[in-house]
Amino acid sequence: MADRITLKVTRYDPGRDHEPGFQTYEVPLRKDWVVLDALNYVKDKVDGSLSFRWSCRMGICGSCGMMVNGEPKLTCATFVSEYMPGPVSVEPLKHFPILRDLIVDISDFLEKLTKVKPWLIREEERRVVDGEYLQTPEQADTFRQFSMCINCLLCYAACPVYGLDPLFTGPAAIALAQRYNTDSRDQGTNERLDILSQHDGIWGCTFVGDCTRVCPKHVDPAGAIQQYKLTAAKEWIKSLLMPWGGR
Amino acid sequence: MAGPTEYLPKTFRPRVSTYWWLGRWSYLKFILRELSSIFIAWFVILTLLQISALKRGPADYVQLQEWLRRPILVALNALSLFFVVFHTVTWFNLAPKAMSIRVRGKPVSNLLITAPNYLAWLAISAAVAWLLLRG
Ligand code: SF4
Ligand code: FES
Repeated sequence: MADRITLKVTRYDPGRDHEPGFQTYEVPLRKDWVVLDALNYVKDKVDGSLSFRWSCRMGICGSCGMMVNGEPKLTCATFVSEYMPGPVSVEPLKHFPILRDLIVDISDFLEKLTKVKPWLIREEERRVVDGEYLQTPEQADTFRQFSMCINCLLCYAACPVYGLDPLFTGPAAIALAQRYNTDSRDQGTNERLDILSQHDGIWGCTFVGDCTRVCPKHVDPAGAIQQYKLTAAKEWIKSLLMPWGGR
Repeated sequence: MAGPTEYLPKTFRPRVSTYWWLGRWSYLKFILRELSSIFIAWFVILTLLQISALKRGPADYVQLQEWLRRPILVALNALSLFFVVFHTVTWFNLAPKAMSIRVRGKPVSNLLITAPNYLAWLAISAAVAWLLLRG
């Protein structure tokens, strides 16, 4: 095995550069190094000005998502040796405004996330003294998959619809809405549907399916969106047949 | 979204290239599926043409059949058939994604949802073929 590999890293200094460019670095190639290790090597040993986000180094915090050779990846879970003999390009997540180097501005997602109300909604809150809302393991199983989302936004970087129309609510936010819809303790499905059945909500999705392919946590956001469409269509038919029915 | 502030300086907004759909097979497949709607529309128009020719009488229908024998139309219809089948298959494969059915707490296998769709397709096609070829 060669003992060095070249990284091609996006650099962008908003105070100085007109647009992002690439800078190459040669780093040692270690069998147990992930792309994030290589970036940290550059930052520690070669160029301290290189900026990128990371925290847990174990696929939990969701902050280290970048484009590695054009694919959205968690850099802490992607081995450099997979890209032998190199060079490996490391770019900021696609479809988001670039703040600096590999750091993108995700405020758009955070706003959308709050809009879909990803929390338990009750028609009437139970008093604390009356105890918790109970749930069986089977009921918990129905939404477990969706609750695995770590907000890494790889799915947004994979979604061409989001790239072309930034108003689209997007995969993770819809999957998280579905996580609460399918929670037996929640009563907010209709409230969320009012928001998500708008044009930029679920109907923006044309089922490219790449979000599901890149998701490191197997959340299957594309599946969540299609399920949601079915629910919305059923509600619509119900409202046609029984306009007086109210919800 | 908030504009540039002291803490959030200017950002660079990358543009999506017009040819984004060429870069990846899953993107191309998606564009082809969207495109298939044009060919489905063509089949609908063709059916309407056939019905209107039928209404006008046997002579008109024979004329339409003649027209449809032109190589260019045979090619168009072969291409349309390909796209219609492509559309149908991708649509059926999507069905299990949209329907998350659980029986006794366990998710039902995808095959159980897709298979009835294919069987119905086969049965209806067989029925139509029987109607047409029986005479
Ligand atoms: S759905 Fe998957 S890819 Fe998207 S943010 Fe959540 S964990 Fe990341
Ligand atoms: S550093 Fe936390 S997910 Fe990669």
